[in-house]
Amino acid sequence: MLIGNFKETYADDEALFRTPASRAGLAVLLAAALVFPFVASDYLLYLADLVGIFAIAALGLNILTGYTGQISLGHAAFVGVGAYATAIAATRLGLPFWLSVPAGGLVACLAGAVVGLPSLRIKGLYLAIATLAAQVIFEWVFTNWTGVTGGIRGLNVEPAGLFGFAFDSDRRVYFLVFGLLALLAYGAANLFRTRVGRAFIAVRDRDISAELMGIDLFRTKIMAFMISSFYAGIAGGLWVYFARVVTPESFPLSLSIQFLAMIIVGGLGTIKGTLFGAVFVTLVPEGLRAVTQAATRLSPDAMSWLAPMKEIVFGAMIVGFLVFEPHGLAEIWSRVRRFFWLWPFPK
Amino acid sequence: MEGGTEPAPAPGAGDVILSIERLSLAFGGVQALAGVDLTVRRGSIAAIIGPNGAGKTSLLNCIAGFYRPQHGRIVFEGRDVTRVPAARRPALGLARTFQNIALFEGMTVLDNIKLGAHAHLETGVFGALAYGAGARAEEEALRDEVEREIIDFLEIEHLRNRSVGSLSYGLQKRVELARALAMRPRLLLLDEPIAGMNEEETEDMARFILDIQEERGVTVVLIEHDMGVVMDLCDRVTVLSFGERIADGTPAEVQADPDVVTAYLGTARVG
Ligand SMILES: Nc1ncnc2c1ncn2[C@@H]1O[C@H](COP(=O)(O)OP(=O)(O)OP(=O)(O)O)[C@@H](O)[C@H]1O
Ligand SMILES: [Mg+2]
Repeated sequence: MLIGNFKETYADDEALFRTPASRAGLAVLLAAALVFPFVASDYLLYLADLVGIFAIAALGLNILTGYTGQISLGHAAFVGVGAYATAIAATRLGLPFWLSVPAGGLVACLAGAVVGLPSLRIKGLYLAIATLAAQVIFEWVFTNWTGVTGGIRGLNVEPAGLFGFAFDSDRRVYFLVFGLLALLAYGAANLFRTRVGRAFIAVRDRDISAELMGIDLFRTKIMAFMISSFYAGIAGGLWVYFARVVTPESFPLSLSIQFLAMIIVGGLGTIKGTLFGAVFVTLVPEGLRAVTQAATRLSPDAMSWLAPMKEIVFGAMIVGFLVFEPHGLAEIWSRVRRFFWLWPFPK
Repeated sequence: MEGGTEPAPAPGAGDVILSIERLSLAFGGVQALAGVDLTVRRGSIAAIIGPNGAGKTSLLNCIAGFYRPQHGRIVFEGRDVTRVPAARRPALGLARTFQNIALFEGMTVLDNIKLGAHAHLETGVFGALAYGAGARAEEEALRDEVEREIIDFLEIEHLRNRSVGSLSYGLQKRVELARALAMRPRLLLLDEPIAGMNEEETEDMARFILDIQEERGVTVVLIEHDMGVVMDLCDRVTVLSFGERIADGTPAEVQADPDVVTAYLGTARVG
């Protein structure tokens, strides 16, 4: 409840960042993101790039699953399709990164359209199984279509370059990743200010009445699959220039599950939550690993029982979210914000 | 429309906006509709009444395109729409509300209403992602229209940012009407718009329906059990029983019809 803040016009009310406070928050965040690569350590930059790439992929999954209600267990495979397409465009066709990454997005987008075809007929668990099949098939293709994908040895790619500047370190790749993340997050937020995004949500909430409101279910679902896998493909393309090598085991089913964990922990159907979720799911295991390592230094035999603890703690945290905060980190964030907004008179 | 000033007739008022000929629909062995005829004049309010299970909702679903009749024709504004897919009908000027509320629970009241206009908007996926000048202009014009012509009119200013799940039954019905109005209909189909409402909500809803017809020239077909409301609002009444039309006429004529009285004997809800 934004007490004492009367919106001047409806146009203002349609803005993405409606209040001066939220606009100030955005400015601070952008400034911090710009300063970060100049002050952070190599290790932190490596993690930041990882978070940024995963966040782009998770945005795609949230558009499909969180907003449109079409569950997918194959999201990592689309990231893989984008990565391979980018790597092939870069190595075989010699395209620069600003063409090869969008090419990865487009190829993934087409793959998404095909995988989305069954969604007209099947829903829920059945669709999950169909997308799981896609995951398995794509993984198989990555490994076995050796002539194109390089098989288990994969493909090596030169660093991205622009006007003689080489993005050859995590610090430099950071700008690519976060530039695209900002752009794609803005695009995703825009989507849900218009008829296109509203149709996605309507299909999720009640597909039959959506149809009676004039929404073409098939087109809408396929569109969601295409946008979602486009985002995944862009993430894959960035992965190529981040890791500089593409191998089949980089896109396993467990990564698809991780993407699902990100959007569930962050908040289904929220852009902000997706970003929170990507940070959480990427960094928490990393933090737990650091803790385990520190403990191992103190007592070497702790390793044997601490290593599995890491997985258990992480699993427990996700279950905790499902049970105690089904709306995810985004909801916690709005509660905190409401608290301070009304402070010193919180409800 | 008793008393008061005569409303300005809508263009083409009085001609036939909807004509249904010998419509039949069966679900397995259940004959939901058996050769039903119905004619609705532009600018009128028509009621469909009948005992439970008579086929009223089925008839509305056929008009909205949700059910495919096995026989018969539905002609809307001179065009045979019998085979037009449901998703194309809002663009033709058909809108409906549901007997069991069917709002989009994950959306605010405002977004639910905006969704009604979907068929009349044009922003494509690229325009949406970029939110360029075209998308912005469309959304702002839509917001203006929704505020001025729907939210003010239905007196729901205080609800626009509420999630629909948190609203009372009566208010949800009102939001459904709002969403249907955003579909810019020339023919509005209302499935029991008043059922389950308290007296005050009923009066409000009746007033809205009359205003929609008188001020906007929208033709209304409604299903209703409350005979008092039907008498007050409607120009013509069609009575269905076991999928057949057993009477058709002014409310007074229909009430006096011996077949109607028989059809209702032994049923709990006298409509
Ligand atoms: N989708 C469906 N599948 C099977 N049978 C149906 C379906 N829809 C309606 N029917 C059947 O068709 C008949 C007419 O139902 P309908 O819902 O049209 O009645 P109604 O007049 O609207 O009744 P009510 O006053 O209870 O709303 C009933 O026997 C019903 O069971
Ligand atoms: Mg009914």
